[in-house]
Amino acid sequence: MSETGARVLVVDDEPAIRRFLRVSLSAHGYAVFEADSGQAALSAVVADRPDLVILDLGLPDLDGIEVTHLLREWTHIPIIILSVRGQEADKVAALDAGADDYLTKPFGAGELLARMRVALRRVSQSGVQPVFTSGDLTVDLARRVVAVAGQEVQLTPTEYDLLRVLVTHAGKVLTHRQLLREVWGVGYGQEMHMLRVNISNLRRKIEPDPARPRYILTEPGVGYRLRASM
Amino acid sequence: MTKEHRRPNPDELLVHIQFEEQQQVRGRLKIFLGYAAGVGKTYAMLEAAHQRKAEGVDLVVAYVETHGRAETEAMLQDLEAIPCREVEYRGIVLPEMDTDAVLARCPQLALVDELAHTNAPGSRYLKRYQDVEELLARGIDVYTTLNVQHLESLNDVVAQITGITVRETIPDRVIDGATEIELIDLPPDELLQRLKEGKVYVPDQAARAIQKFFRVGNLTALRELTMRRAAERVDDQMRAYMQTRAIPGPWPAKDHLLVCLSPSPLAERLVRAARRLADELDAEWSAVYVETREHSRLSQAEKERISRTLHLAEELGGKAITLPGRSTAEAVLHYARKHNVTKVIAGKPIRPRWYELLRGSIVDQIIRESGSIDVYVISGMPGTGMPLETAAWQPHRPWLHYLQSMLLVAAGTLLSALVHPLFSPTNLVMIYLLVVVITAIYLGRGPSLLAAILSVLAFDFFFVPPHLTLAVSDTQYLLTFVALLVVGLVISNLAARTREQAVAAERREAQTAELYALSRDLAVAVDLDTIMQDILTHISQTFSREVVVLLPGTSRHTVEPRALSPGFTLNENELAVAAWACQHSQPAGRGTDTLPAASVRYLPLKTARGTVGVLGVKPSGLDSYLSPDQLHLLEAFASQAALAIERVQLAEQARHAELLQATERLQTALLNSISHDLRTPLVSITGALSSLQEDDIELDEAARCSLVENAREEAERLNRLVGNLLDMTRIEAGALKVGAEACDVQDLIGAVLEPLEDRLRGRLLTVDVPSDMPLVPLDFVLMAQVLVNLLDNALKYSSPGMPIEVLARLDGAETHIRVADRGVGIPPDDLERVFDKFYRVQQPGQVTGTGLGLSICKGIVEAHGGRIWANNREGGGTVVTVALPLHTPNEVAK
Repeated sequence: MSETGARVLVVDDEPAIRRFLRVSLSAHGYAVFEADSGQAALSAVVADRPDLVILDLGLPDLDGIEVTHLLREWTHIPIIILSVRGQEADKVAALDAGADDYLTKPFGAGELLARMRVALRRVSQSGVQPVFTSGDLTVDLARRVVAVAGQEVQLTPTEYDLLRVLVTHAGKVLTHRQLLREVWGVGYGQEMHMLRVNISNLRRKIEPDPARPRYILTEPGVGYRLRASM
Repeated sequence: MTKEHRRPNPDELLVHIQFEEQQQVRGRLKIFLGYAAGVGKTYAMLEAAHQRKAEGVDLVVAYVETHGRAETEAMLQDLEAIPCREVEYRGIVLPEMDTDAVLARCPQLALVDELAHTNAPGSRYLKRYQDVEELLARGIDVYTTLNVQHLESLNDVVAQITGITVRETIPDRVIDGATEIELIDLPPDELLQRLKEGKVYVPDQAARAIQKFFRVGNLTALRELTMRRAAERVDDQMRAYMQTRAIPGPWPAKDHLLVCLSPSPLAERLVRAARRLADELDAEWSAVYVETREHSRLSQAEKERISRTLHLAEELGGKAITLPGRSTAEAVLHYARKHNVTKVIAGKPIRPRWYELLRGSIVDQIIRESGSIDVYVISGMPGTGMPLETAAWQPHRPWLHYLQSMLLVAAGTLLSALVHPLFSPTNLVMIYLLVVVITAIYLGRGPSLLAAILSVLAFDFFFVPPHLTLAVSDTQYLLTFVALLVVGLVISNLAARTREQAVAAERREAQTAELYALSRDLAVAVDLDTIMQDILTHISQTFSREVVVLLPGTSRHTVEPRALSPGFTLNENELAVAAWACQHSQPAGRGTDTLPAASVRYLPLKTARGTVGVLGVKPSGLDSYLSPDQLHLLEAFASQAALAIERVQLAEQARHAELLQATERLQTALLNSISHDLRTPLVSITGALSSLQEDDIELDEAARCSLVENAREEAERLNRLVGNLLDMTRIEAGALKVGAEACDVQDLIGAVLEPLEDRLRGRLLTVDVPSDMPLVPLDFVLMAQVLVNLLDNALKYSSPGMPIEVLARLDGAETHIRVADRGVGIPPDDLERVFDKFYRVQQPGQVTGTGLGLSICKGIVEAHGGRIWANNREGGGTVVTVALPLHTPNEVAK
């Protein structure tokens, strides 16, 4: 079930964490490369040509946000951020800078592998599938039709746009700012309450129980994520 | 003398050693003593200074007056001088010694000319000797010059000799405390020669007086006085030497002198005489004033003179004592016997002989009853004392009272005229006596005397035949007149005295009542602010003055106003004066000897443990000074205030110590708790991992899974604990930043439930959020943490299968979010304490936790400006409510 042979660059200054990742990732068939600093990571991306980067936010020389910025200047390689609790702002900054996903330490190997699979799959699938399905939710992007358990749901244009953005990045966390920009445009970086009200309305229309959402998940302090598959 | 007596008395040795030690810490004072200007004191001082400089002593010229003499100026040239401070007073620039600069320079030796100099107004001290004392106190040696006529105890003798009263005087204790005295002598003829040659500085304006002063007779007398004074000093030193070496000497048993003071202007003279006599006898001496009933009748000026005289006695080295008593002689002799006084000094009576025959003489009484005590009677010289500015008693609204007494006599006469036909004239006298009594009681002594005399005249004029003349036909009426007059006088005197005593008693009572009121208020005051307010109110009311209370500031040398009368401000100079008073524990400012130019009088608030602050009082008008009575009351107020302030400060310290102790206990508990909670998961993890690593034990798949599962759970627990500790630290350090944004409560609850999905499996969880719930400003991440902790508790403290409810409601201007379970509940006493750090409800079943969850919730909610509380539910279980302020953002309306 794994993307056997995919090359992963692990960037962390803690040897213990690198060792744990090397062992568990190798066991799943990944080719693992390591770097212990931001500079080393930048060279390793050039030298080892990995398919995915696992990047710790707290590095001794450059911080993870900066590394993300520098990488995004020339490559779309998937980047998964490792952070600790209380670093919400840094996490959001890294995601806004172009990182694909994040994990909060401590994390289980299973969780990491799942995130890696989502990230790698999105790169391999060039172009978006016209019809998205997750559980009872079906979104036909070509026809602009949304249905829950076969029943068509009427959405306002904004709600539809919001859902479309989430669907096109299904499985990936989207920061508030990213969502606002994609749906409302560049001028709406800070209008958080519009986003909250629309998410709330959208949930009411597509979620079986809006109080315990199954499709649109909240990432506290970061943004929203559409569950890719059930 | 026995052998024992030859051994040095340990007490005397101790005194000697203490004196020497004090001398070592204090600077040494050398006085160049002369008998007149021009004998060459300054020159001699400079010469000595040059010698010391050659010996390598670090010395500076703090102040030297050359009076333009070339030779003196030449001597000054190669000495380091501290520039004078220039004080401008009424347009004249006066050079003054810059004491602070000298202190800052801190030389080994300072030269200060003219010890008796009076400083310019606005200086720190009234007199230069006080500056010198400060230098000495800081360990700086001082060379100074002094003329003998400036000595306080010789002041009146000098005035007698020369006819010139010297105003600039210094207390004798200054010269007594000097380490060395060098007598600078010049025969009078040579001095006069120098004067003629113009070598003696004579100020123009005083030229004539000075000429009168510089006469051979005067100079010789002064020279003798100076030499005697210096010889006394040598004598003292000799005795001290003999005492320390136990050389049996001709010193007699110590005399003790007692001088009796009266309000008379001669008292000062008596005090000086006593001091001289005591010096000659090498005796200790005390000055006593007996406060009899008559004291209350004394005028303000007289009372002030008594306290001034007592003060003078203290300055001259005597002990000043005030005794209460009915009779002066009795009280004095009683005290004298009790304190082994050998000699009593009293002033020669100056009253006329008839007065003494009538009232008795105090001196006579003392002499008669003194027994073994010698009595010295010193002559009085009328007119030498300071004349009284006011009469002995000041009648109160006098003219009105005299008029009223006349009217009363007229009314008595009218009444007598009406009843005249019915009574014999002698009985009419009773009516007049009644008038005299009434006048005495209500109008005072003077009017009643007038009434007595007028009564006699009126009686004679109207009712004694021949009528309407003052002539008397029947001589037996003369007896009636005399009796009426005498009885009238006696009654008026007695009644008036009673009245005066009543007035005095009332005043004292009022003062006592005021003091009592203050101490009562202070006793119930619990904090410093209340005490300050009490002090302020009481003192400003009682003395009708503006009041300020200052407490020591952050640094040791400053004070800060803590409570001020409204509209009262202090400038920097005033603050410096207050700081001085606080530092030296002595009164300063207006009306005192130190920095009298200040507009406020500062009293140190002294307690047994030191000075706790300063009380400042400022009169509302410019000219009103406090009377000694008032001053005493003020001092009593100050000591009450000081005690109250100290009490609060001590209580504060005790509380602080208790708090520290509690903190310590808490920290110990915290360490215990943390080490336990941190270690337990580590033990499980290490154990599980090492078991897996063991080669020789064959584990089946189920056992391996159980070990791994256990290690994973414990690692999560450890992670939660570390997270909680970090959160708590962040909250306590105030590093918690609430980034409140308008959030959807339903979204919040959903986000919280999602990660708990596994643990919620099998539970009935109800979420109840109204659909019209507005957005609530909150920090999403922090509030999610609060709900996670609350849900975690609900899960932990209720058995599996019991329902949990999460509910959000609008309640007025607040959003309430409730998490309710059907668990074991919280004992009612613990409902508030559960939010304390490390507090955990004692449970029979083992529930793991750190006791931090709810206190973190509380910290976060309060950082939001909200509240959190717990209740027990009907039917069992707990409900925790989070109330957050609701400021509905306007945008939501769109």
